[in-house]
Amino acid sequence: MTISREDIEKVAVLARIRVDDEQVSALEKDLGNILDLVDQLSAADTDSVEPMAHPLNAVQRLRADEVTETDQREAFQAIAPATENGLYLVPRVIE
Amino acid sequence: MQWDIVIGLEIHVQLATRTKIFSGSSTAYGAEPNTQANAVDLAMPGTLPVPNEQAFRYAVMFGLAVNAEIERRSVFERKNYFYPDLPKGYQTTQLERPIVGPGYVDIDLANGKSKRVRIHHAHLEEDAGKSLHDSFYDELGHGMTGIDLNRAGTPLIEVVTEPDMTNAEEAVAFAKKLHGIVTSLGICDGDMSQGSMRFDVNISLKPKGSETLGTRTETKNLNSFRFMEQAIAHEVERQMDILEDGGTIVQETRLYNGDRDESRSMRTKEEANDYRYFPCPDLLPVEIDDAFIDEARNSLPELPDARKARFMEQYSLNDYDAGLLAGDSRLAAFFEAAAERGKDAKLAANWVQGEFSARLNAEEKSVDDSPISGAQLGDLVVRIADNTISSAGAKKVFEALWAGENDNVDAIIDAKGLKQVSDTGELEKMVDEVLASMPDQVAQYQQESDPKKQKKMLGGLMGPLMKASKGQGNPKLFNEILVRKLGG
Amino acid sequence: MHNKSVAELSRELESGKISSVELTREYLGRLKKEDEQLNSFISITEEQALADAHAADEQRAAGKATPWTGVPFAHKDIFCTNGVATTCGSKMLANFVPPYDATVTENFRQAGAVCLGKTNMDEFAMGSSTESSYFGATTNPWGLSRGEKRVPGGSSGGSAAAVAARLVPAATATDTGGSIRQPAALCGVTGLKPTYGRVSRYGMIAFASSLDQGGALARSAEDAALMLNVMAGFDPKDSTSLEREVPDYTATLNEPLKGLRIGLPKEYFAGNLDSAMEQQVRSAIREYEKLGATVKEVSLPHANLAIAAYYVIAPAEASANLSRFDGARYGYRCDDPKDLMDMYTRTRAEGFGAEVKRRILVGTYALSAGYFDAYYLKAQKVRRLIQQDFIDAFKEVDVLMSPTTPSPAFVQGEKSNDPVTMYLEDVFTVAINLAGIPAMSVPAGFIDGLPVGLQIIGDYFSEARLLNAAHQFQQVTDWHQREPQ
Repeated sequence: MTISREDIEKVAVLARIRVDDEQVSALEKDLGNILDLVDQLSAADTDSVEPMAHPLNAVQRLRADEVTETDQREAFQAIAPATENGLYLVPRVIE
Repeated sequence: MQWDIVIGLEIHVQLATRTKIFSGSSTAYGAEPNTQANAVDLAMPGTLPVPNEQAFRYAVMFGLAVNAEIERRSVFERKNYFYPDLPKGYQTTQLERPIVGPGYVDIDLANGKSKRVRIHHAHLEEDAGKSLHDSFYDELGHGMTGIDLNRAGTPLIEVVTEPDMTNAEEAVAFAKKLHGIVTSLGICDGDMSQGSMRFDVNISLKPKGSETLGTRTETKNLNSFRFMEQAIAHEVERQMDILEDGGTIVQETRLYNGDRDESRSMRTKEEANDYRYFPCPDLLPVEIDDAFIDEARNSLPELPDARKARFMEQYSLNDYDAGLLAGDSRLAAFFEAAAERGKDAKLAANWVQGEFSARLNAEEKSVDDSPISGAQLGDLVVRIADNTISSAGAKKVFEALWAGENDNVDAIIDAKGLKQVSDTGELEKMVDEVLASMPDQVAQYQQESDPKKQKKMLGGLMGPLMKASKGQGNPKLFNEILVRKLGG
Repeated sequence: MHNKSVAELSRELESGKISSVELTREYLGRLKKEDEQLNSFISITEEQALADAHAADEQRAAGKATPWTGVPFAHKDIFCTNGVATTCGSKMLANFVPPYDATVTENFRQAGAVCLGKTNMDEFAMGSSTESSYFGATTNPWGLSRGEKRVPGGSSGGSAAAVAARLVPAATATDTGGSIRQPAALCGVTGLKPTYGRVSRYGMIAFASSLDQGGALARSAEDAALMLNVMAGFDPKDSTSLEREVPDYTATLNEPLKGLRIGLPKEYFAGNLDSAMEQQVRSAIREYEKLGATVKEVSLPHANLAIAAYYVIAPAEASANLSRFDGARYGYRCDDPKDLMDMYTRTRAEGFGAEVKRRILVGTYALSAGYFDAYYLKAQKVRRLIQQDFIDAFKEVDVLMSPTTPSPAFVQGEKSNDPVTMYLEDVFTVAINLAGIPAMSVPAGFIDGLPVGLQIIGDYFSEARLLNAAHQFQQVTDWHQREPQ
């Protein structure tokens, strides 16, 4: 299976990873090889097989609706790239 | 050309749980930014979600209230997209197996008819945080956006309807009905100004009678019934203009600005995100058993439809009044307090829907913020019904109550001297004196044959009578005496 | 002293022969000196370790000791440690100091163990050689004396190399597709990957959530049992951890193996298995037969599809798990972003290394519209077939045995430019993660002076039996006691 440059560029945008032209060429080869490897899957007969999302056949436990958390803003924002007035700052969204 | 309008709604209902859907952080509104965002809400590395049982209970209660099937085994999925108010880079939501399956709600329309709106499903998900586009700048002067993640992880149910509505009235009636249901259930505080309920409207047009649906647009994040009504009108007109000019509708998401009555495109389908949904591996399937559903069913309070029927029966209200008062649980409770104290339920209903609701609207207050109680309004109703005060006097008492001048109706009546004079002997004396002072008007009245004009002339006599009684004469009695004396 | 096991150190501390402070000083001295060659640690937390050792001595004096009180060890740098940098081997988290502990970290703290630092790893646990760490590759202590720089395996290569070189008696590790067992094999130490859900994942930085599992790297099965005693258990903070009783894993180590039914999956011994490797594994199995076990061939018909399924599912989950590294709230942010998109794309392009980016892109692709069914959904179906193979096999036998890796430690740089060749390192290990069952790797011989591992695979929650089987083997062999020069 080959993966096109367009597909790589599209996926890179979805994944929010900048790739330059040179990297796209390298990725074309590497991702193509990886997809060749995983294409073995198509040989498997999986008719009537339920997809398996989880290794264990267990069900979710639910938590009681009780506040257990206290304000830790100072500790969390001490490791933040940029904050002001208790807000996380990020570059403005250009839509 | 004639068009059919097709409207479907997606409604985000914030659940009134104490804590978030996947963490033990408080959901209380109005805290300092990011003080209610813990490691899980901030998507710190290695942290994991643990679901809140109450969110499931509320979702099940909602499902039961809208006659829906409850999914016994629901699954959470990740919806992947990047945005700064979405810390994990994905929203944990439900797609394939939502907790609430198909159901329906019946809405009342102004023409007296009722209509069934089908619900496609309702699913549980987490809310995002808030972006504040204030004036923040980095050291190079670039504009920055502030992110507050207190709201991130607040539980929501997203209710998705079938495209069953055909105009703004129906859509708003549905929205109000849903508001009444979730507030009656107590699963949402219903405070739209704080974003507790937000509406997305899907609209398309098709030639009248056509079977084929047209291309739809989605107008997002409407947070009042009024904006919703305006946005629908705006979007219908916009689409109609395009179609009648021979154009085509682009499938897109639009943002409506209610203050300017404008909308703009947010993104088209081509630009739409590829959300890459897949089952969230940090969460297991949630199984809801019969006991859980029965417990939720037993805890259901009275819902608007049942309440409406009761109001019609218990208070002899007509269909329309009962529907309006029963729709909102707080208004209903206010009315019941007023009716109980005031005895005259019809009069209480008129005051709750009239003066009281108008005043709330004018001041953009909710019933909870009302400075007067239902019982106080009931006291007022008592004094209107027993003729102690006139309706003009009652308005003055209402004003005084609202302004907090005094909380006792009788004390206000006394202080303002609003008590009506209903002693007929005294009133007759006043009538005689006034008629004697106005012989021309009396003669004119007696010569007039048109009863309408006569009625008008009576009005002209009321002024001097009220003046003579210093405003305290019972207008109804004055009227009776006048008619008798003049007609005789 | 550095050659003693956790069990032995625990006894020495208990007898008062040595204090934890003395022991910790000795280990720290050796660690700082020896690790210059190995680069098995990302950070050494000397001050904290000595403070913890001091506290441990007081605990012991107060008669409140656990077997771990005062015993030195290390954490893989994937477990969050409150107040201590937790990097996951990435530039993205090079400056990340979590204000919280992983549950595993908390458990060792409670037990009184003394953490000497954080061990090196492949970036975000994605790799089989510990070459993709932002903090430089770790070198395998085996082969060093011959002047060879070989990989320790990965992704827990730092933990495995440190244990092999006797820098710590034991270290935590994680295993998503073989990241405990493969480095254990390549470094000649004992590794245990428990059943999925046995050890809490809270605070363990996620790679692929349905596959990740914390576990142990130690020199012996007995020490691995002591580690699991601390690590295992239900955690209300991890929805996928299981409410199930935790046995004392040391209690059953000495059960006799008579009657143990061993299955050899024929697919794992097929045509292209290296003959030297096969010889080592078969001779290890003969030791088991001497101990009274019976051996039969079994089949895992879908074994050949495991790598393909794994390299769809793991990257798909990773692509979402790693979205939180966006430069907004913690970790790396690129310089002078001109707008939000620029911040995202440059932060992630600069903060992640090549292999992490490849996996995010593959995972994103596998989940994207038009490919979801053919890749992700198909892989999930194959995953069930693979699980069923194991369920069927365990109807016939108690444990399965195989080589842990196709070959011994390779030379650094040999495979790092060819992702697919590197992926094939995991050929015997990934199916276990897909099924969620436990497995161990125990030292089972040498090829050209390099250690090889025997993989022992068990049914769900059979850790006690695996540890028992490994311990009994280690009573009659001394491969696990060999020390690199």
